Amino acid sequence: MAGKRISSPEGLEQLRKGILSKRDPNKLIVSICTMSVCGQSRGSVDVCKRFKDEIRHAGLENKVDIRETGCQGFCEREPVVIIFPDGLYYVNVKPDDVPEIISTTLVKRGLVERLLYTDPTTGKKGAKESDIPFYKNQMRIVFGNNRYINPRYIDDYIALGGYSALSKALFQMTPEEVLEEIKKSNLRGRGGGGFPTGIKWETTKNAPGEPKYVIVNCDEGDPGAYMDRSLMEGNPHSVLEGLIIGAYAIGSQEGFIYVRQEYPIAYENTIQAIKQAEEYGFLGENILGSGFDFKVKVHLGAGAFVSGESTALMSAIEGRVGEPKLKYIHTAVSGVKGRPSCLNNVETWANVPPIINKGAMWFNSIGTDGSKGSKIFSLVGKVNNTGLVEVPMGMTLRQLIYDIGGGIPQGKRFKAVQTGGPSGGVIPEQYLDTPIDFDELTKLGSMMGSGGTVVMDEDTCMADTARYFISFCCEESCGKCIPCREGLRTLREILTDICEGKGQEGDIEAIEDIAAVMQDASLCALGTTAANPALTTLKYFRDEYQAHIREKRCPAKSCKALTSYYIDPEKCTACMICFKNCPTEAIHGGKNIVHWIEQEKCIKCNTCFEVCPPRFSAVRRISGEPLPPPPAPGTKVIREKKR
Amino acid sequence: MTITLQIDGKEVKAREGMTVLEAAKEAGIKIPTLCYLDKVKPYGACRICSVEVERKGRVRIVASCGYPVEQGLVVRTRSPRVDRIRKVIIELVAPTAMVDGEVAGEIKKLAKEYNANIRRFKSRFRAKPTRCILCGQCVRYCDEVVGEHAIGFVGRGIERRAAFFPEKARACLTCQACFDLCPTGKIPSETDFVVFDGFSVDDYLAGKL
Repeated sequence: MAGKRISSPEGLEQLRKGILSKRDPNKLIVSICTMSVCGQSRGSVDVCKRFKDEIRHAGLENKVDIRETGCQGFCEREPVVIIFPDGLYYVNVKPDDVPEIISTTLVKRGLVERLLYTDPTTGKKGAKESDIPFYKNQMRIVFGNNRYINPRYIDDYIALGGYSALSKALFQMTPEEVLEEIKKSNLRGRGGGGFPTGIKWETTKNAPGEPKYVIVNCDEGDPGAYMDRSLMEGNPHSVLEGLIIGAYAIGSQEGFIYVRQEYPIAYENTIQAIKQAEEYGFLGENILGSGFDFKVKVHLGAGAFVSGESTALMSAIEGRVGEPKLKYIHTAVSGVKGRPSCLNNVETWANVPPIINKGAMWFNSIGTDGSKGSKIFSLVGKVNNTGLVEVPMGMTLRQLIYDIGGGIPQGKRFKAVQTGGPSGGVIPEQYLDTPIDFDELTKLGSMMGSGGTVVMDEDTCMADTARYFISFCCEESCGKCIPCREGLRTLREILTDICEGKGQEGDIEAIEDIAAVMQDASLCALGTTAANPALTTLKYFRDEYQAHIREKRCPAKSCKALTSYYIDPEKCTACMICFKNCPTEAIHGGKNIVHWIEQEKCIKCNTCFEVCPPRFSAVRRISGEPLPPPPAPGTKVIREKKR
Repeated sequence: MTITLQIDGKEVKAREGMTVLEAAKEAGIKIPTLCYLDKVKPYGACRICSVEVERKGRVRIVASCGYPVEQGLVVRTRSPRVDRIRKVIIELVAPTAMVDGEVAGEIKKLAKEYNANIRRFKSRFRAKPTRCILCGQCVRYCDEVVGEHAIGFVGRGIERRAAFFPEKARACLTCQACFDLCPTGKIPSETDFVVFDGFSVDDYLAGKL
């Protein structure tokens, strides 16, 4: 492949022109997300295969291209099919819809109305991304190119201007100027901490010792978060380009990409991206003829959440157990093999090429005083439009959840949003107008984190939420230091007891005592932040904890041990729906006979509550009060006579 | 190079590269430790040696066994915040370390000194007490001083255990250096000195540890 190597900036531009000249801008392109595990799990691969078969069958191979992409964001509606150049947007496409799309849209350029997105609140249909509120309010600086790129095909990235930032950095800027530009951009680390990226780069650059390393942290593992995976799967070259630029600025010739083991497509796409970048000479010796050398290795993680912590990650790269080390010298100064090592998150690196291309001034024009640019969030939980969204900093949580997320399903009431994953905390309704900003979220006791955003509605119990996140960290703690290991173990038991109605007076104080010591004394950031979910739920929902402990009542009627299901005999119309759906046959009654639940058999799976038609609403959840007696066996339904 | 710092209001001279714990020790100021061992590298697992340090007006808690001395650093080895940390750490670790409902040795002494209620979280401790606080003195001494690597850590989080590697443990017959190091006395009392039955990696994998 020696012939492919590009040895000058002009060569790159020629290559780009060559790629573009072979592409007819009016040619139809069917873009489908098949390179993301979430798209795949919703059947996108089958849809894509059907497209390939049907297009061949119809003899349209020369008129239509299929572009297999990574995540396009609107995961809720996958499989999504976007048809370019018009940008028509079809949602929830099934393989059997494919022939109609081909005959109606690809051949006649018409619309398949039934596959268009329908706004659940307004009922309005949208034919293009720009008509859909989920997309309309986003600003996709780093994530927007996913839909145009087959991540296994470097030419797609180059066609969109890829590696032009690298070329600009290498030929028009000194390393110092690149560093200065990143510093001026005020880019802050997207992995969670929000540390100024330029300062980190500068620290590594100025630290004594050679070689210096640059590292991509793709050990994302927060529950419900998949920003880094989707970038690595869908646009690996953007991360790679950022990394090479960073290496140039810092003076590093060697880098690592740490990809967690559970991300097979991200791993595979990264390997492919590196191979293709090497072939073109964007990696390796004398990059683009500039004299700058840089190589990168991929390190596959071994399944530990804590390996995302900088000292642990570097231990893992060295081939040792991925657990945090006692260190008061920053890894930027002493990291891999004791050498200066600059570790940034996937999204942070991906922000570098646009900053170099468009300048720090442009980047500074987006966001708040303290937080510039955009941020990707995985919007999940009790929200209508779940998916990956990228928004400018400064947007409020309310805009994120309501304007983009489309609000809470089934008209339920918003209760809280968990930001920052297990290290973050919950934010209640009264703070929904808080702007998305590193410092503002920290002030509320939560944090920006890497972008996991779990929306919770009125049916979510806050003590149970804390129990969930604490359990997660308990399983993921390395177990090295006592505050984290034993603190999490004890917190988990106390919270489990509270949720099971076995809480005692003094438990709240014990939680606060343990949490304070974990924050102060744990060895690494996993431990110092792990109690945040417990602390924030206590801060904002203390009365819920007290209800569990004192009244043995779960206000959200969610904790199974404290909640019973009851069918209101006055409202039951003996429709048999719950009767038939109950998995344990705990519901008695029959045709025209009022139904009732045998409590001993009930496993509180919530099925009866969900299936009871809203016009009857006969199933009730009861917590903290005595259960009314069931109707006398065989009680008949009294129906109003039809006129 | 000599560095001057202040520990508990007292001017202390230290050499560059020393930790706060070492400097305090030389100055006759006692900071409690559970995992510290002067022959091996600092490890920072027990966090009992946590102290308050003040630097440029900013106060933070650090593990004194790993924090390097600095010119002008102000250290407080006792404060309400530090005492609370030590008290709660003892309370948290006591249920694991207990034998017949009592703790012994250094943990007992510290419980008294910091007014820790060793039974505070006992009802919440539902695992089998291992009598091991995972201080790692045995593991690190065997690795760094003896060089045999006969005992190591296995598992993660609350499943973390120290366990012998039987094929390596032949050297233990004549060494047994870790027997005296163990702060809870688990190693000498639970090993049979020969095959480490019930204390090996195999036992861990079989779910017996």
